[in-house]
Amino acid sequence: MTEIKQNNKSMLQRFMPLIIFSLLVIMLGVGLTLNPRLIPSPLIGKPVPVFELPLLNKDGVFSDKDLKGQITLVNVWASWCYACRQEHEVVKQLARSGLRIVGLNYKDKKQDAIQWLMQLGNPYQVIAADESGRIAIDWGVYGAPESFLIDKQGIIRHKVIGPVSDQENYEALMEAIKTISGNQS
Amino acid sequence: MRILLAIVLMAYQIITWAAPMDAFEFDNKEQEKIFKKLSDELRCLVCQNQSIADSNADLAKDLRTEIHTMLQAGKTEEQIKEFMVDRYGDYVLYEPPFEPMTWLLWFGPLVIFIIGLFYAREFVKRQNSSAQSGELSAEEAERLRNLQMELKQKNANDKGTKKEDGQS
Repeated sequence: MTEIKQNNKSMLQRFMPLIIFSLLVIMLGVGLTLNPRLIPSPLIGKPVPVFELPLLNKDGVFSDKDLKGQITLVNVWASWCYACRQEHEVVKQLARSGLRIVGLNYKDKKQDAIQWLMQLGNPYQVIAADESGRIAIDWGVYGAPESFLIDKQGIIRHKVIGPVSDQENYEALMEAIKTISGNQS
Repeated sequence: MRILLAIVLMAYQIITWAAPMDAFEFDNKEQEKIFKKLSDELRCLVCQNQSIADSNADLAKDLRTEIHTMLQAGKTEEQIKEFMVDRYGDYVLYEPPFEPMTWLLWFGPLVIFIIGLFYAREFVKRQNSSAQSGELSAEEAERLRNLQMELKQKNANDKGTKKEDGQS
């Protein structure tokens, strides 16, 4: 009887390293499949930061107050950003579908940005120019492209990191639009 | 020797080039110390394995400028950290905050260490008790028998070779 018990114990002990190893493999495996570039934004659920910026292509200013009243996608882009070019077709398509899109031109030269839009088309209702990138810091931007979905009350509801044309990003954005328009209409 | 010197000088070049130093001016030594501390503690979000102090990325440069401006405006270290966390989340801190969500992170190693200690104690205790009891387990007895047999055989063989040695 005691021998059997001892045998069981030594069996468990013998397999302990294997068990611990398997747990480690699982944890590391999960860690590896996460994308380290996706940093969850603490701004989701909060009102857009207070700001005022000059417009890129005409006189006038754009401020946080102008983001209220309508569901809006704030798209952070720059002419030097390759992935922005990649997502541009999809941004245009979103604009055609009736979504209001506001551009936040990030650390760009005015001429370059305007040239870029002339070449690729302009889906933006307005474009605010953040030449120094200071306002983008308030938005927690750490690279272009990034997009923020703002509801009618001016609350940030969803953030897309990277191009909206990526299938995963696109689907998540659509889901978020559906959720907030369902709640607010 | 000359090659070695060249390599050392080249490495030195890389090091000086890799650590960006902006020309910030500070009101006092204390302010400069906080600036250095903060830019070392905050993670660069674009190049994630570098601190804001080490990174040449545009955003890191902007954030260094921001820290400097806030220090000049009389903001404290805590206020600046809060500013960063409000925008970029806990992620921007190399050292995660101490809260229920991160308890596993903070206590995990200690817990594993304690488990290890426990196992070590059990192991030593078992060793002692078997040594004290003087009795052999079935496995040990088997091993002893085998060893004794081997020894006998070896002795017999040795004797044989010795005889041969004597003859030669």
